[in-house]
Amino acid sequence: MTSDALPEHDPRFDSVDAVRDRLRSVDYLSDEGIAGIVYLADRLGKPILVEGPAGTGKTQLAKSVAEITGARLIRLQCYEGLDESKALYEWNYKKQLLRIQASRNEADSASWDDIEDDIFSDEFLLTRPLLEAIRAEDPVVLLIDEVDRVEVETEALLLEILSDYQVSIPELGTITARQIPLVFLTSNNTRELSEALKRRCLYLHVDYPDMEREKEIVLTKVPGVSETLADEIARIVRSIRQLELKKSPSVSETIDWARTLVLLGVDHVDTETAVATTNILLKYQSDIAKATKELTAEPAGVKRPGAPGAPAR
Amino acid sequence: MSDTVIDPVADDDGGDPVAGDALVDLLNGFIVELREAGLPVSLTEHLDAMEAVRFIPLDDRSAFKYALAATLVKNHAHWRAFETVFEVYFSLRGAEYAIDPDAELAELPEDVESGDARDGAGQAPANAGSGEALTPEELAQMLYQALLQGDDAMMRAMARQAVRRYAGMEPGRPVGGTYYLYRTMRNLDLDGMLEQMMQQSREDAPEPLTPLEERLEHDEYENRINQFKQEVEAEIRRRLVADRGVEAMAKTLRKPLPEDIDFMHASREEMISLRKALQPLTRRLAVRLARKRRHGRKGPLDFRNTVRHSLSYGGVPAEPKFRYPRPAKPEIFVIADISGSVAAFARFTLHLVHAIASQFSRVRSFVFIDGIDEVTRFFEGTEDIVEAVHRVNTEADVVWVDGHSDYGHAFEVFWQKWGTEVGPKTTVIILGDARNNYHASQSWVIKEIRHRARHVYWLNPEPRAYWDTGDSIVGEYGVHCDGTFECRNLRQLEGFVDHLV
Repeated sequence: MTSDALPEHDPRFDSVDAVRDRLRSVDYLSDEGIAGIVYLADRLGKPILVEGPAGTGKTQLAKSVAEITGARLIRLQCYEGLDESKALYEWNYKKQLLRIQASRNEADSASWDDIEDDIFSDEFLLTRPLLEAIRAEDPVVLLIDEVDRVEVETEALLLEILSDYQVSIPELGTITARQIPLVFLTSNNTRELSEALKRRCLYLHVDYPDMEREKEIVLTKVPGVSETLADEIARIVRSIRQLELKKSPSVSETIDWARTLVLLGVDHVDTETAVATTNILLKYQSDIAKATKELTAEPAGVKRPGAPGAPAR
Repeated sequence: MSDTVIDPVADDDGGDPVAGDALVDLLNGFIVELREAGLPVSLTEHLDAMEAVRFIPLDDRSAFKYALAATLVKNHAHWRAFETVFEVYFSLRGAEYAIDPDAELAELPEDVESGDARDGAGQAPANAGSGEALTPEELAQMLYQALLQGDDAMMRAMARQAVRRYAGMEPGRPVGGTYYLYRTMRNLDLDGMLEQMMQQSREDAPEPLTPLEERLEHDEYENRINQFKQEVEAEIRRRLVADRGVEAMAKTLRKPLPEDIDFMHASREEMISLRKALQPLTRRLAVRLARKRRHGRKGPLDFRNTVRHSLSYGGVPAEPKFRYPRPAKPEIFVIADISGSVAAFARFTLHLVHAIASQFSRVRSFVFIDGIDEVTRFFEGTEDIVEAVHRVNTEADVVWVDGHSDYGHAFEVFWQKWGTEVGPKTTVIILGDARNNYHASQSWVIKEIRHRARHVYWLNPEPRAYWDTGDSIVGEYGVHCDGTFECRNLRQLEGFVDHLV
């Protein structure tokens, strides 16, 4: 495999459990899948493509991993129209122009070749996130956020970095990584990513957590929340997620809701409180109406179409 | 347990080249089966999977599963298919495979059972066949307790017992297990148990439960019951695999991926997964179409603009300016047959078209069986498309004589009532299998429509091979259309909508 050609690196983690425990120490509660794949990515030297609904902690995962490995987080936020000069590198034209101007004033000693060599050197190179991650001496975690926002053509920019951890600059040659950074790509799945990109990555789907984990997340992230309140919150959120909504409540919204309830001094969620505060969990009026209706309805009529079991992951 | 035990790679440089032959073979078979099931597994990914399992302690089944999933499955919609194949390949397979924790697991429930059963029913000897000692009432009672307390180990044990007792499995029968599942479930009366548990928690509560609390309890128990069902399914599958072998079983269980499910023959369960797949699809489609619109090729040179900008370069047209094309948004008329067999297909298409309605200047929908009715009003002013589609099915006035498809009559009425509203910007999409029950085709209507409209497309949910057989007259209509498309699954539907814009 390609890993033969890559620089050797010491594994960052000893075992899957070590990943999980260390993530927990920075308040990121992972599950079996998340920890396992981070561990594998480190061992195999492969990037991780993280997909899943918005607000389930995809970006946070990269940040937390950076934190536990003591690495610098380099982030490339993708958007439509992102190009090479924003993602990889750019020549500092102004400085190059200055350099040429300056050489005119000097004696004619400097030949054209010298100048050319000079202006296409490291000094005039502006590094952008991807190149910076490759050239870094210190440990880094590279986060390529919302990669589904760039066009299919721009995706190709990433391929060289992701598979070989190198960047080719025509004027300078190929710059190879000194160490293999951990790379995270996140995607909200607004479009199908190209096969080439997917092939190079490990794939991790982060779904809404199950009730137990969500409860734990609330307990760790919200100071002052009681065990019973967290339990109630997690259970209500699970109920709401089973409805067919435009946008299900995300984990971050659950946390916001829990914080609100704590601030309001609520220690037990009854129907009125739940209904009065659903606007924190849900962002569409039609969703709020639906949830309100369902939460207050007499359960005799509780018949949801094929209530799905726990999500696959 | 045997020579095929593979040491988890503990040393740091990861240099254990001896991946056991048995494991390599097993993985090969596994990946072949994944491909058979329709997952696009490339050679690189295959190699990655091999590499990945070297770093995973093989006695950790779930870690093993995630390692394979991460390297082989790159689309969440394929997860279910992967899981099914995984369960078949890496579950109880006798003791010769060390990767199989179920070998121990299979013994475990017996101990749990005799250890945990508090009501004296578990006095049976802690070996295979202990279930015989339980009466059905005791079994039901223990299951009830397990569900009530959410005791996982106990639930697993009960699933095992229930399958042994009720499924009536016969060796060698080439079935997928649905029948066994049904037989087991029929004997357990889980709905009754749910009711009973609700009753129990009502009694236990110090004060009457509020609707919210009741709902939460209900969800909790429902969740546990679902979990129990999955245990039962897993147990049946384990037994079937042990009986019939891996390949045969995997083949029986092979199911189409969500995007390949045939609309016309989808089961209820498949319908649910289709519905789930539809939502991200519409979102993706909307984003893609909007993007396409904005980032189309540049139009012709904009002379005025170029000259104006040339002033800043002293009259030299250094910066040519182009017109941006503004493609007209088409107006869409969807005319859908919603009679029996093609109803599901029509529903999905209506759903999809309305979900991306912002890409069109106007969407109007008509549904027919032998009468025809406009249903645009159901979609207007509501954000809930599911609800709207439901209202279409229940409230639209589409029956004229007998409620059997009559394309000819429906088209005729359409032409009389709405024909004049079809204009040069309109794209007409007709959905149906054109099975006309030998009525008159009235295909002249389509011809007339085509004269007025920009395009006329026909989507047929039947396989192309069946077209123009029996009472299908799609060919007769097809000659007047700009295109007839076979549209049997989401993949084809997506392709068509892409083509449309």
